[in-house]
Amino acid sequence: MKLRGSVWKYGDNVDTDVIIPGKYLRSADFKVFAEHAMEGIDPAFRPAAGDVIVAGRNFGCGSSREQAPLAIKYAGISCVIAKSFARIFFRNAINVGLPIVEADVFDAVQKGDIIEVDLDGGYVTAGGARYASTRLPGFLQDILDAGGLVAYRRRQR
Amino acid sequence: MGTISEEILGRASGKPANAGDFVVAGVDYAMSHDGTSVLAVKAFREMGVDKVWDPGRIIIPFDHLAPANNENTAQLQKEIRQWAAAQKITHLYEVGEGICHQLMAEYGFALPGKVVIGADSHSCTYGAFGAFATGVGATDMAEIYASGRLWFRVPETIKVTVDGELPPGVAPKDVILHVIRAIRTDGATYKAVEFYGETIREMSMAGRMTLCNMAIEMGGKAGIVPPDARTFDYINGRAAEDYRPAYASKDATYCDVIDFNVAGLSPQVACPPDVDNVRDAGEVENVAIDQVLIGSCTNGRMEDLAAAASILKNRKVKCRTLVIPASRAVMLEAVETGVAATLLNAGATICNPGCGPCLGGHMGVLAEGEACLSTTNRNFRGRMGKGAAVYLGSPLTAAATALNGRITDPRRYV
Ligand code: SF4
Repeated sequence: MKLRGSVWKYGDNVDTDVIIPGKYLRSADFKVFAEHAMEGIDPAFRPAAGDVIVAGRNFGCGSSREQAPLAIKYAGISCVIAKSFARIFFRNAINVGLPIVEADVFDAVQKGDIIEVDLDGGYVTAGGARYASTRLPGFLQDILDAGGLVAYRRRQR
Repeated sequence: MGTISEEILGRASGKPANAGDFVVAGVDYAMSHDGTSVLAVKAFREMGVDKVWDPGRIIIPFDHLAPANNENTAQLQKEIRQWAAAQKITHLYEVGEGICHQLMAEYGFALPGKVVIGADSHSCTYGAFGAFATGVGATDMAEIYASGRLWFRVPETIKVTVDGELPPGVAPKDVILHVIRAIRTDGATYKAVEFYGETIREMSMAGRMTLCNMAIEMGGKAGIVPPDARTFDYINGRAAEDYRPAYASKDATYCDVIDFNVAGLSPQVACPPDVDNVRDAGEVENVAIDQVLIGSCTNGRMEDLAAAASILKNRKVKCRTLVIPASRAVMLEAVETGVAATLLNAGATICNPGCGPCLGGHMGVLAEGEACLSTTNRNFRGRMGKGAAVYLGSPLTAAATALNGRITDPRRYV
């Protein structure tokens, strides 16, 4: 699968409290999460469908709130690229069907640049250069391809 | 054979588990609270499964927004209760019983050698009892509700050894802030941390819970203390079922070994906005504080309240001071021992057991530009209110700070 969009860029340790502040968690409505996505770090965050977040180390650190990857996904982001992810965010992103890859492109891109992610090929293209990215183990890729763990489980039944 | 995590995950998956392996492990106990159960139940329903795998192994405490702060929360909580009743889940702990992680310990679900998974990032707290315990999100929890199993990547383990006698005025909270200061907020990402050394052996179960609680603040999947006589003393009479302790073998492989000596440690304060932004309390004594919070799954236990009371006795606080016992049992003990009276006489406000304002939901949220010295575990931007600053310290530091309305090194009072 290939994903392409323009870049929203953030630094290290983007935590779940800035991705979706705790006061919005008392909802089961994904639209509410999406409206407030990244509010704690970037109130001007208004991605177009398909846009990509590029970040530094430890993206998604903090709480286990699944609303964090949901907010990002339903805001229209097609993929998050970071130097590394916090582990619960990593699991949650796969489980809700938000593609995430680890790649070191942080210094190579600016906000608004176009970036392309080849999930199967395991690389990211930006500014004409190609960067290696991690590929998921097969069964995690299957969950992601299904659109998340719920869809994957339904399909298996 | 191997690290404690390898041993426990090996048993739970039925085959040898080595760091880096992906395993599917059986879960002994699963916890989701009023906050995370909402999405977990939604995902469970969408999975198309009728019945949970074992209603006796699912624990649902109401602690995050408890009592409910508005109609919307009340409605969502009502739906969780209805679902739990329909599923015949008996371990449901109502408003006022206490914080999920404290209840998992008090009711004997946090046990040596068990796999205990919570839909809350601080579920790593149960490692204090020698469990393999970690936090997951709502959909993973739904998967456990449905099957009682979950995939894990077997973590590498960092061996942390802490030696030295804690000086007066220095608490387990200071030890873990000191460790996080060295390992950094992502230094243990995807990894487990095992705690050894004489300081840990001498530490109470409450103190060990404080340590393991904050393993996630260095990215850790689990923080584990090998069970010993102190552990068994605590568990005796509460264990929800039989258990078999797990220990690391002599030839276990660690990805890193880090030794600390805390004999000369000063009280520590984590300054906003990252938990590894740690200073000696003495270095930040000029910072003005509007509110002090003593409580949470990190530091809301009896010895924490007693420590605060030891400083507040016969004195008066100078800023808003909230005390939130971690459980009904803690609150009762505080009442019966006179600690509650000491705190109230000093001018503190005691709230009902639960999470309180720790995650910025209710009961003490801060205004823009205000600062809180809190015994909780996170000081992220906006955590306790938009534009408010959170400083983390021990209950002793919190009490000393309350007396001055400024961050204060508690050694001035001990
Ligand atoms: S006290 Fe705070 S950190 Fe602990 S479970 Fe409650 S909200 Fe989470």
